[in-house]
Amino acid sequence: MPDYPEKLATILEDFNFITDPRERADYLIAFADRFEEAPAYITARPDSERNRVPACESEAFVWVEPQEDGTLQLHFAVENPQGLSAKALAAILDDCLSGLPAEEVAKVDPEIVFAIFGKNIAMGRGQGLTSMVAMVRSAAQRYLAERQR
Amino acid sequence: MTEIANRGYARPDVLVSTDWVAQHLNDPDVRIVESNEDPLLYASGHIPGAVEVDWLKDLNDPLRRDYLDRAGFEALMSRIGATPDTTIVFYGDKNNWWATYAFWIFQLFGHTNARIMDGGRLKWEKEGRALTRDVPSFATTNYKARERDDSRIRAFRDQVLAHVRTGLPLVDVRSPQEYSGERLHMPDYPNEGALRGGHIPGAKNVPWSRAVNPDDGTFKPAEALRAIYEGEQGLSPDDEIIAYCRIGERSSHTWFVLSYLLGYPRVRNYDGSWTEWGNTVGVPIER
Repeated sequence: MPDYPEKLATILEDFNFITDPRERADYLIAFADRFEEAPAYITARPDSERNRVPACESEAFVWVEPQEDGTLQLHFAVENPQGLSAKALAAILDDCLSGLPAEEVAKVDPEIVFAIFGKNIAMGRGQGLTSMVAMVRSAAQRYLAERQR
Repeated sequence: MTEIANRGYARPDVLVSTDWVAQHLNDPDVRIVESNEDPLLYASGHIPGAVEVDWLKDLNDPLRRDYLDRAGFEALMSRIGATPDTTIVFYGDKNNWWATYAFWIFQLFGHTNARIMDGGRLKWEKEGRALTRDVPSFATTNYKARERDDSRIRAFRDQVLAHVRTGLPLVDVRSPQEYSGERLHMPDYPNEGALRGGHIPGAKNVPWSRAVNPDDGTFKPAEALRAIYEGEQGLSPDDEIIAYCRIGERSSHTWFVLSYLLGYPRVRNYDGSWTEWGNTVGVPIER
């Protein structure tokens, strides 16, 4: 794993130690339970469709909100009430990356999805989840590129 | 919502209501099976007594792109304590996507004593019915299955090619954006596992979800289904039809609708679907 922000590195290490699928599921469900929908001032933006995660069966949306101090605040919405995996991942990303400088957020690799969800993510099942991470990363990269202009 | 028996289906017996399931939770002749898109859902809570059959872990061969074989199916059925007389009731998320997929695979092995719970997990949850995190265990059985029969309800690539050349109808049940190929050309967009976008020539686009009522996930009555597949798309019950999507999961839903709810006798599911067709050298594609 690359040099990830401390909190994310710790969580990935936790997942790395879990071998029992049941234990992994319980750990993920606990994250999903903590998921919070994006606030109304974010979801009400007219360009919401551009924030839709492609290939995500759970109808997920990602917003990256730059703060004055150069850090980023992440927001997520998951329209499918049964989209537990999307909610769990959103809660993890928010927990680990919100409030960090854009440079740190831009380093996150969609591959973390496989470390988090394990082997049961295959045959396209993880596609929406990896897209969700990719959207966070590319939004952070775009913000950095614009800032440099 | 109309009772299942009054919706004009060809085979109303393959659907059971949430009420029926609630009344059969402890029926030893019934095994309730949950099959989901989301791998966390079953663990987060399920219908009391329901076992999980995962499409990837349990129904696919771990190595080759194919389904489990007879021995694998026998082991699965023995593990969930089923006999050939056990009524298997499938339900799941995404308006029964994977429930109908599992149902379809069970039919490859001839377990006809199978039902779908109308409305799936969504309806059960909306009705505030009981969910548990307890995983049940059943005395194992010694289930004997016949060899998998891929000839009747499953289609392979070369058969699809012959079907196209003969000008027979296909139903592409993916979204309009996948059907048009537009999705594969969007920047930053994952390529859905195919190198080319578009659809199989001659395929009609009827997204699978049009067959269900979005509010509670139940199937639309036969008359409404006929209006879509026959009135609008010009299909007829005598047609030989192949349904496909990306990997054969959404199309098993449409296969179920056409075969059981409308009673079409010659419908096959092409499980290779777009992830095979869109990667195959030299096959015709339309956009």
